[in-house]
Amino acid sequence: MSALHYGRALNGIVTREVLRFLHQRERFLAALVRPLVWLLVFAAGFRAALGVSIIPPYETYITYETYIIPGLVGMIQLFNGMQSSLSMVYDREMGSMRTLLVSPLPRWFLLTSKLLAGTAVSILQVYAFLLIALAFGIDLPPVGFLTVLPALVLSGLMLGAVGMLLSSTIRQLENFAGVMNFVIFPTFFLSSALYPLWKMQESSVLLFQICSVNPFTHAVELIRFALYAEVNWESLGWTALALAVFLGAAVYGYNPARGFMPRKAQAE
Amino acid sequence: MAMRMLPAAIIVLALTTPAAGQTVFVSNEKDNSLSVIDAQTLKVTKTIKVGKRPRGITLNADGSLLYICASDDDTVQVMDTATGKILNNLPSGEDPEQFALHPDGSHLFIANEDSNVVTVVDVPARKVAYQIDVGVEPEGMAVSPDGTWAVNTSETTNMVHWIDTAKRVLVDNTLVDSRPRHAEFDKAGKKLWVSAEIGGTVSIIDTATHKVERTIQFNIKGIARDKIQPVGVKLSDDGRYAFVALGPANHVAVINAQTFEVEKYLLVGRRVWHLEFTPDQKRLFTSNGVSNDVSVIDIDTMTVIKSIPVGRYPWGIAIKG
Repeated sequence: MSALHYGRALNGIVTREVLRFLHQRERFLAALVRPLVWLLVFAAGFRAALGVSIIPPYETYITYETYIIPGLVGMIQLFNGMQSSLSMVYDREMGSMRTLLVSPLPRWFLLTSKLLAGTAVSILQVYAFLLIALAFGIDLPPVGFLTVLPALVLSGLMLGAVGMLLSSTIRQLENFAGVMNFVIFPTFFLSSALYPLWKMQESSVLLFQICSVNPFTHAVELIRFALYAEVNWESLGWTALALAVFLGAAVYGYNPARGFMPRKAQAE
Repeated sequence: MAMRMLPAAIIVLALTTPAAGQTVFVSNEKDNSLSVIDAQTLKVTKTIKVGKRPRGITLNADGSLLYICASDDDTVQVMDTATGKILNNLPSGEDPEQFALHPDGSHLFIANEDSNVVTVVDVPARKVAYQIDVGVEPEGMAVSPDGTWAVNTSETTNMVHWIDTAKRVLVDNTLVDSRPRHAEFDKAGKKLWVSAEIGGTVSIIDTATHKVERTIQFNIKGIARDKIQPVGVKLSDDGRYAFVALGPANHVAVINAQTFEVEKYLLVGRRVWHLEFTPDQKRLFTSNGVSNDVSVIDIDTMTVIKSIPVGRYPWGIAIKG
């Protein structure tokens, strides 16, 4: 296998995913409308609830709208990760997954390519969202648009890996609603996306601890600091670790000899 | 945990940073102290103990002396800004709160909140020159740039009192909205801006006629009307902007001084009362009494760039060039 083969495979997978995304205008719209509803409706209602304390990376008081921007960016990537998992289940049902997996290239490479493809799509969505937020008067340092990119790549890969791991265990498309309820909502609400963790700590220490170990919290904090041209090393470490764990488990899950599916099949 | 990654942001900041050597003095009403802030690094460099309940502070023309209203000591302290030492006290009448220095530096006009008078102190002689009876609870003080008028606002009488400084008499009163807290002349001395804390307005008064020409109202999305309590007012020398501190609304209003339209509301700390420009007018500092900090507004970008913790109940601000 030469580098050319690898390149061609990566190119093919990413192009297919981006094309699929671009052809689904409704999906693009939905991906934007969801965080915008939160920003313009939910945040407006909670406007007065915050702005009473300064936490890093902020240097002064901020409005609630400004606070939840990184959380909503994380939300876009989280939904996108789940969407990718949905499309992988679909691919498997339709048989195109088999075509992909019988390629002579190593499976981890194929799966990582798939992840990169999903992440590229999520980053397109994030920038579209940030531009709209900017138009609505949210203040962000211009340099943040550049410095957030590496954070978006890492967080996008990590959340995509979660979706991939899930897709290796979901047998049918119909089960996706369950994923929504049991994965997306707790992940989103038990994080620092909507409220700073010190606020959570005031109401419940247990919830605070759950939030603190939630990888999604760290993805959001990584994005939050990156938007202000800073690195939150702790979140960077946790996000990278989570990526390694989830991706490793997903590669294992997609191995027909050892994966989660055959065992489940035997159990039935 | 968090470290700066890209120096780019710092470079951008550094390009717009005012010249070095500007020093910000902030009086902490509850701590009986002054916080001294380096205007370039935006860090507190030292804290100086002063008299009880320091409120209004102002510098003399060359910035060598800082006058401090020590309200509960019933005196005005004079501090050497180079050493931070108190040189002497001036008589002030009871409970001095705000004051204004005559442009020639000879007289201090002091509002005595508890005794309904304005005390005028001869600064070189360190003696009370005269006193003028005004309305109930005098608070805001200003002297016109040409030195002919001294004005005082009385919080309970809701009036602006016009004192002719040459004749040393009160010659006229102008009724404004409820609880006037602060008065500020524009650079030409043609207009006087007066904030009304309970009324929630700022009135613009013509200096020649002593009549209110215009009243500005405020409206911030998501903040109750009664929380909008204007106090401090500052006008930029170029005549473009007026800034009004809105107290418990935690915002500073940016007003176009030509059209009198409110252009923007900037979020700062809690209960913002007083404002001061750096001498180059590139930055505006705000004292936030309840959150115990000072917010810094960058005028070019019209954004709040930082909030700096100081002592308890920061009140007055003076900035030395």
